[in-house]
Amino acid sequence: MSKPNIELINGNESIARGAMAANCKYYFGYPITPQNEIPEYLSRHLPAVGGTFIQAESEIASINMLLGAGATGARAMTSSSSPGISLKQEGISYMAGSEIPGVIVNMSRSGPGLGGISPSQGDYFQATRGGGHGDYRVIVLAPFSVQENYDLTMKAFDLSDKYRNPVLVLGDALLGQMKEPVTLHPYEPREFDKPWTLTGAKGRKSRFLKSLYLNEGDLTKHNWKLFQKYQQMKAEIEYQTYLVEDADLVVVSFGSVARIIKSSINMAREQGMKVGLFRPITLYPYPEEPLRQLSTKIQHFFVVELNTGQMVEDVKLSVDKGAQVDFYGRPPGSIPTPNELFEEIKKVYR
Amino acid sequence: MKQVFKRPKSLKDVPFHFCPGCHHGVIHRLVAECIDLYDLQEKTICAASVGCSVFMYDYFDVDVCESPHGRAAAVATGIKRARPENFVFTYQGDGDLAALGIAEGLHAANRGENITIIFVNNTVYGMTGGQMAPTTMLGQTTTTSPFGRDFHREGYPIRMAELMTMLGGTTFSARVAVNTPKNLMQAKKVLKKAFEVQIQNQGFSFVEFLSSCPTNWKMTPEKANQRVQDEMIPYFPLGIYKDSE
Repeated sequence: MSKPNIELINGNESIARGAMAANCKYYFGYPITPQNEIPEYLSRHLPAVGGTFIQAESEIASINMLLGAGATGARAMTSSSSPGISLKQEGISYMAGSEIPGVIVNMSRSGPGLGGISPSQGDYFQATRGGGHGDYRVIVLAPFSVQENYDLTMKAFDLSDKYRNPVLVLGDALLGQMKEPVTLHPYEPREFDKPWTLTGAKGRKSRFLKSLYLNEGDLTKHNWKLFQKYQQMKAEIEYQTYLVEDADLVVVSFGSVARIIKSSINMAREQGMKVGLFRPITLYPYPEEPLRQLSTKIQHFFVVELNTGQMVEDVKLSVDKGAQVDFYGRPPGSIPTPNELFEEIKKVYR
Repeated sequence: MKQVFKRPKSLKDVPFHFCPGCHHGVIHRLVAECIDLYDLQEKTICAASVGCSVFMYDYFDVDVCESPHGRAAAVATGIKRARPENFVFTYQGDGDLAALGIAEGLHAANRGENITIIFVNNTVYGMTGGQMAPTTMLGQTTTTSPFGRDFHREGYPIRMAELMTMLGGTTFSARVAVNTPKNLMQAKKVLKKAFEVQIQNQGFSFVEFLSSCPTNWKMTPEKANQRVQDEMIPYFPLGIYKDSE
């Protein structure tokens, strides 16, 4: 058996390599901290596989280049960080409306406004509620390790093609900058029939990809069709649990803070406190049914986020009515240590 | 009897929605004639825009991708980079190209993208009801320049065909009009050259059409044609501004 290919790389490079493993051939982006290793890596390596890297004039241009490449059926990606993702929202809305696939990575930083470049989970609402205008959703994947950056980026391409819908990978500055060993396993990208792509109308009727529906009732029909698609996406729900079987208290966290709080949970266990973790990996669709089922057995939840309270709303909507939901939020600007979060667990544990 | 005039193959057999006297229909036809001439119907992908031309996928019988307002040149860039074997053009009005999308248009030109931009300049925002455009003439009244455009307040009308020539990546830039049969025939010649630039992989080509908007100019079609001649052409002179093929 050949040795597994393990390398020590940072989280952003891991995303870039996951994209290339998934046969992404086109990347369009605009520099912004803390995700620059993604475009930097792809600018060096995409040309060698016959791909294209363009540093666009803006985030707006790059999302629309992604829209154009996606319309031809090509596997393409853009990446940015919070303020840049705000600029991309119009294009993401058009892609969702026109059912054009594409992968968008948000290695988020702190806001609002220019904010700072430290890790934050303040973009949860923007990521999961559509972000742009109109009644649409994107699949949101939330890695919590450099390995998952690699794996979930690959998966994002498959899901995007499968549903003809933009897919967002939501990490943060911490997950982009830290280095970990990553198993760079090969991957067989899934092939999807794409009878909708724009390739020139050779031997077939001409096609158009659009989101404009002006005739009475047409847009209603289109939105219901999109809604049905979002319902089908529930098949992709992914989450992870840790030590929940006998737990009295279940922490609900995603992304980087879930990674930190695992250490806090281990500290609690050492002191005999029965604490577990429920970690959503798909933030949209949210794993509401697994969480609801868990809440019929365990009635105490503790939501911890790097913001002032966003995902906590989804937890409250998901859990059994009798369950108690406590919340601890750390607004952007500093990262909590495992010890600090252990202290917070102690405050709510009973 | 020999048929001497017929609908271009790449235009669908449906009536245009454009107002009487508007030049969009004529410009659509010229573009479609060039698509037919170079046998491009089966390999063309258009990045459509918003505004009065938003329904172009109802008229052009080629693959069309909708673009957000102003972003057609970026969408066309994505299409062309993914499918260099296709013929790719954008069709944009003056709000689309010269206001919201000026960065996308100039940077696509500067990169020398092998695409063609068809730019329709009628000095007004047509679809939204006649507001001021970046190309609105000095003194011209619109619903948002009710006292006439004044450069102290609103700046000068932007000359896009000239602006495009300043960029290293631009291979071809020209301005044409279709208000008279003579201008129309010249426009066709110029448009053919722009198409050839892309077909021969020579880079970015740009054609600005001066167009009338009788409805928002509150003029008859005849008077609107005369305005193109008397007011627009002196400020936006016709001609080929750059041809470095």
